[in-house]
Amino acid sequence: MINKDLVIIGGGPAGLSAAKLAAESGLSSLIVERDFKLGGQLVKQTHMFFGSEKQYAKTRGIDIAKILVDDVLKYPEMVEVMTDTTVVGLYEDKVITLLHNDEYIKVQSKAIIIATGASEKVLAFPNNDLPGIYGAGAVQTLMNVNGVLPGNDVVMVGSGNIGLIVSYQLIQAGVNVKCVIEASSSIGGYKVHASKLKRLGVDILTSHSVKRANGTEALESIVISKLDNNWDYIEGTEKTIEVDSLCISVGLSPLSSLLSMIGVDMKYVSSLGGLVPYIDSHHETSVKDVYVAGDVCGVEEASSAIVEGYLTGLIVASSLGFKHENYDELYRDFKAQLENLRSGPFGEKTREGLQEIARDHDVK
Amino acid sequence: MLNRDGVASKEQVLSRFPSNEVLVKAKAITECYEEIPCNPCATSCPFDAIHIGEDINTKPVVDFDLCTGCGICVYSCPGLAIVIAQIVNDKARFKLPYELRPLPIVGEIWDGVNRSGDVICKALIEKVTYTARVDRTALVQVSVPLEFIHEFITVRRVL
Amino acid sequence: MRITEHPILTFEQKAKLQFVFDGNKVYGYEGDTIASALHAMGVKKLSHSIHLKRPRGFYCAIGNCASCNMIVDEKPNVRTCVTLLKEGMVVKTQLNKGELYD
Repeated sequence: MINKDLVIIGGGPAGLSAAKLAAESGLSSLIVERDFKLGGQLVKQTHMFFGSEKQYAKTRGIDIAKILVDDVLKYPEMVEVMTDTTVVGLYEDKVITLLHNDEYIKVQSKAIIIATGASEKVLAFPNNDLPGIYGAGAVQTLMNVNGVLPGNDVVMVGSGNIGLIVSYQLIQAGVNVKCVIEASSSIGGYKVHASKLKRLGVDILTSHSVKRANGTEALESIVISKLDNNWDYIEGTEKTIEVDSLCISVGLSPLSSLLSMIGVDMKYVSSLGGLVPYIDSHHETSVKDVYVAGDVCGVEEASSAIVEGYLTGLIVASSLGFKHENYDELYRDFKAQLENLRSGPFGEKTREGLQEIARDHDVK
Repeated sequence: MLNRDGVASKEQVLSRFPSNEVLVKAKAITECYEEIPCNPCATSCPFDAIHIGEDINTKPVVDFDLCTGCGICVYSCPGLAIVIAQIVNDKARFKLPYELRPLPIVGEIWDGVNRSGDVICKALIEKVTYTARVDRTALVQVSVPLEFIHEFITVRRVL
Repeated sequence: MRITEHPILTFEQKAKLQFVFDGNKVYGYEGDTIASALHAMGVKKLSHSIHLKRPRGFYCAIGNCASCNMIVDEKPNVRTCVTLLKEGMVVKTQLNKGELYD
């Protein structure tokens, strides 16, 4: 059994920034990441980020990933990193079992920050399992990390920010985006992204959905249909579109299965993306010394995940006796940044959702 | 309608343009019509001409007296929602962000495109800035006939 | 199909890696995952559903959905979207739940 003060599960924006603030406070940590590299989903975000300077606005996500990774690599004695390592067990006494190179490793930790992020939702329609139907984020990885195109002709399902941004990036990579379809009667993401696509000649069809996909070994075409106000298909409005790729971008759900395993109290909150933990103002769950940061406690933009990571790293270090010399100032600043990021109309769902999972500071 | 198809209305567009008298000098046109948490246009402006304030969800307001049309906000805007417009004789001159390949070359004639993605005119490529400073968002200066000043938004390569 | 020109990214030509896919000698490049190397060759079908044997491809790219599980060097249920390609790997399409191996 290996002993650690803090284990951070997930090496994306939230996990990396938590490790940085913990290290700055004097607390060592171990970051466990199941991919073979750090950075999480930032490594494929070729677009400039929104937010303010403190969350690296106007810097491209790929470059923010480098900044955050370099920030933790500055503390080689404080931050240990295990990539290609999957957490397979998480127990209430804070014993963690890891799988790395076909070997089991047991770690006893004093505190845990779960920063596992979120995964893309799927959409139900006949033949939705055909090869050639992908999560939009998966296609973003394929293109922007691996340099491989998904196909020649694509339709995007979903007009949230991910759907709009990935459509634009498909065009940048040289793919023909035939249209974006959206079940709701209005565009879900930022209109600046929508306008960017429209002026490139890509139609965004609101009140439309996929009725079925066709193909034998792989996707060959899709049938789309208009929807009425009750989101039912309108007969006679079906249209077949020949595509070799279909991207599904209908939201993310928190990757909260490890939280279930450790027995954290959870709630299904649709405005946060799915099953999320009850948390207090310190991001501590109902299990003492088990904390969460980032999309796992409510799906938001990566800017918020970064700040949540900073905040949680700061708090956890303090709770283990490593209080940052500027604790009060930093605490107020991170809280204010989060409030600012969430205060507009696009933050409304998050604000409501977070109220539903707010819990008193008393821990079991 | 912006909410349904991504195309800003004529009223929305006109609300961001100063008068033609003011446009004798180059000015920033910020086509950011909703409250999103974002402020690089304001913080990157060296002349303090774009105001957002403490709440980063506030929509930007340009002070045309202070704006010099330098174009820094154009490549600083994560939404690629800012262009610089100017009236030069009988032409409208724009500086716009461009993130596709191939890049235009000075002297080429490209198609001028409106906010719906339709080709509306020809656009003469006058200058292409692609330096480390613009961080992979090229700044393309073009001129189009003056009558399209409120419709033109970007260029498309003639295939 | 690989991206050759991109406005934001540069993809350098990396070292070729030879591997075996369902008995055929094929190749990818250093930095590829097994799934991206196969995709670049035009192979979209990576797996099958367990009961109905419906074809399955790449879906999540984060090692979560199990849609890209394959047999790699005799080991079943390898998440090929998060496994780096190595020279000489033997990759096979998986038709069942996967057998225990030594």
